[in-house]
Amino acid sequence: MRQPKIIVVGGGLAGLMATIRAAESGIPVELFSIVPVKRSHSVCAQGGINAAKNQKGEGDTTDKHFDDTIYGGDFLANQPLVKRMCEAAPGIIDLLDRMGVMFNRTPEGLLDYRRFGGTLYHRTAFAGATTGQQLLYALDEQVRRHEAEGRVKKFEGWTFLSAVIDGGGVGRGVCAMDLRTMELKTFPADAAIFATGGIGAIFGRSTNSVVCTGSAQSALFQQGVDYANGEFIQVHPTAIPGEDKLRLMSESARGEGGRVWVPRNPAEKRRPKDIPQSDRFYFLEEWYPKYGNLVPRDIATRAIHRIVYQEKLGVDGQAAVYLDVTEIPRETLNRKLEGILEIYEKFLGVDPREEPMKVFPGMHYTMGGIWVNGEDQATAVPGIYAAGECEYQYHGANRLGANSLVSCIFGGGLAGSAAVKFAKSLEKGAEAAPASVFEAERKRQEEKNRKLLTQDGSENPITIWRELGDLMTEHVTVTRVNKNLQAADAKILALQERYKKINLSDRTKWSNQTLNFALELENMLILARVITLGALARNESRGAHYKPEFPDRDDANWLKTTRAKWVNNDIQLTYEPVDISLIKPRARRYDAVK
Amino acid sequence: MAETKRVIVKVKRQAAPKEPSRWEEFSLNWRPSMNVIICLRDIAENPVTRDGKKTTPITYDSNCLEEICGSCAMLINGKARMACSALVDQLDQPIRIEPLTKFPLVRDLAVDRQFMFESLKRVKAWIPIDGTYHLGEGPRVSPEVQEKGYPLSNCITCGNCLEVCPQVNEHNQFVGAAIISQVRLFNMHPTGAMNKSERLQALMGPGGVQECANAQNCVHACPKGIPLTESIAEVNRDAWKQALLGWLLG
Repeated sequence: MRQPKIIVVGGGLAGLMATIRAAESGIPVELFSIVPVKRSHSVCAQGGINAAKNQKGEGDTTDKHFDDTIYGGDFLANQPLVKRMCEAAPGIIDLLDRMGVMFNRTPEGLLDYRRFGGTLYHRTAFAGATTGQQLLYALDEQVRRHEAEGRVKKFEGWTFLSAVIDGGGVGRGVCAMDLRTMELKTFPADAAIFATGGIGAIFGRSTNSVVCTGSAQSALFQQGVDYANGEFIQVHPTAIPGEDKLRLMSESARGEGGRVWVPRNPAEKRRPKDIPQSDRFYFLEEWYPKYGNLVPRDIATRAIHRIVYQEKLGVDGQAAVYLDVTEIPRETLNRKLEGILEIYEKFLGVDPREEPMKVFPGMHYTMGGIWVNGEDQATAVPGIYAAGECEYQYHGANRLGANSLVSCIFGGGLAGSAAVKFAKSLEKGAEAAPASVFEAERKRQEEKNRKLLTQDGSENPITIWRELGDLMTEHVTVTRVNKNLQAADAKILALQERYKKINLSDRTKWSNQTLNFALELENMLILARVITLGALARNESRGAHYKPEFPDRDDANWLKTTRAKWVNNDIQLTYEPVDISLIKPRARRYDAVK
Repeated sequence: MAETKRVIVKVKRQAAPKEPSRWEEFSLNWRPSMNVIICLRDIAENPVTRDGKKTTPITYDSNCLEEICGSCAMLINGKARMACSALVDQLDQPIRIEPLTKFPLVRDLAVDRQFMFESLKRVKAWIPIDGTYHLGEGPRVSPEVQEKGYPLSNCITCGNCLEVCPQVNEHNQFVGAAIISQVRLFNMHPTGAMNKSERLQALMGPGGVQECANAQNCVHACPKGIPLTESIAEVNRDAWKQALLGWLLG
């Protein structure tokens, strides 16, 4: 009998869960990752993972989790699969618990739960403030076991370049590059699952890791894998600005009682500790009495921008507000938040247990991503699946904190099972695809590399990337204005022209990171346009997408999914209806009662 | 016009494993909150040495830039540490940057730490679950055990503890403190404890826990403050107990 084979690209939470599911079913998996999978970006997730376990006796249910998620996402998510995810969440926690995750515990030895944004329930299980790291390690360990037992083969230090798609439009494998030898190879597979994460690098500086470029998503997009809701970009309200990256200060700081404030007097000269309560403006608590500091991220981010740019109340006249955990007992801080407080202390040299942290919003997450069907994570191309942050399915127009980890594991598991089913259902697998299909794809990529390594020009890829990041951050994040979006698109087109003239300062063929970065940059530029054009077209405000010219949600015209397609080497936006069969859309008002 | 403040950086270069190494010096524009990663990025954007020679960007590993992925370990002014949290203002200049020496070199500052991941396989650093299907909740764990286990589980496999250990050398396959500490973590977990003897067995023999000579450098080099020497002492005790018991029972 034919032995099917599955490829997984990406070794974060979603990729590892997909790998485990497939390996467990007895199908061999080849797992590709740029970095050793244990170093994937999932390690950066801090605050926790949501599941309505109702372990504080508050009457929480999976239906309430579902409603909070849909409402938090401003009704843009297709509802049935979100419901399934919320129902599966408690079982996912059990599974992680069985894998040995060192979750925080109650005195009875049960899992502890904390509060998070966009909900009134204690629904977030956590392991200190490094929950993503702890979950990733648990899955990494399970994959290592499968690897030791021969079911998984890892290709760490390889980067995905493109899918191999045959004449019938079916995915038959991948083309990838060894980042040491710079050798290109194609790998046949009966199904390929993409779990390639975030796109932060398109915005220059973000809370994302270096590998989160969106390059793989863009490459697939250019091969007919559609991209949905690209314009929905989450800007996290509390990050520490830095030149190399914006370091996240988890929402859990507020979940545990941290408060956001600024001095009422913009000319305030006293140290924050010496400013009496009456001279402090707790603007989130005043503006949103019910949710207070735990409003969803898009709301908190816009509030901070308003404080800084309209009210001119930024701390010391800068783009910063205080995130204050000094009222929380030290013992609690060290037990529940140590991981993030250490980051602040190490990178800024100030102890946040003693002095309020200075934070500002930073690009954090993409709600949009590879288009998948509402059933089983299948993309527009048969044989290609997507899961995790790289796809668009679960978070609508704004993701709630601590929902990403659950969507990664749920989506990853679902993709793993679906890919196995698909691979087994094929009468003839990838081995039946003509060798010329693989050959042609490898040649296409080799030609790109050859050109980059030999061409002479005047442009530096890093300079182009910096300019891209600056313009995306300025025009395509928190506040969007049509004429600026138009200008941004024109500038990206100009950057694409300049890209044609790049000159690589490294032309060697061993561990050449400059070449790899140049390949990624070309893809980033295209995805940047998908995001910008999606934002330009959507004339309404919904979740994270905010246009002062169109300040309201417009369900009559815009309760629809943006589905970008690559047609004749250009971006075409199409739209499809949102499945709202379970919860009727209602106004989203965090300042009033829900 | 005041002269802009400069940062002088010396980087040890090596094009490939079998090529000779050399030093290159760079002069960079100082900015506030600059770290070693920013220095390496500046060089990538303008790869010209201090004496005006064109060169190539420096190959190095990095990812999260917040000291939790374990990628960017290197020797900075002779000390094994993470480049992302190495702040320029806290370093003596010229800043000397070299690759870790206890792992095979790939290029420039990038090394191959696969040995550590292989060692994790050797000691079966996982909880052998029956499957991912629904089997109910995990075992109860007391807050005391969690508070001991969680810090151990913070290990980012950076390799700094191996770099500073005199017992990690070409004559010895010592797995190093990080791996031993992982054995302690899994043996402490209620389900993991069922396979305790298997893991201890894997830590006996060449490269095992007995190779530790108690230099205690590891615990000072760990960027996550993991009590590594405590872990080694505990695992060593358990391994001896197990060996003795095996001998007594014949």
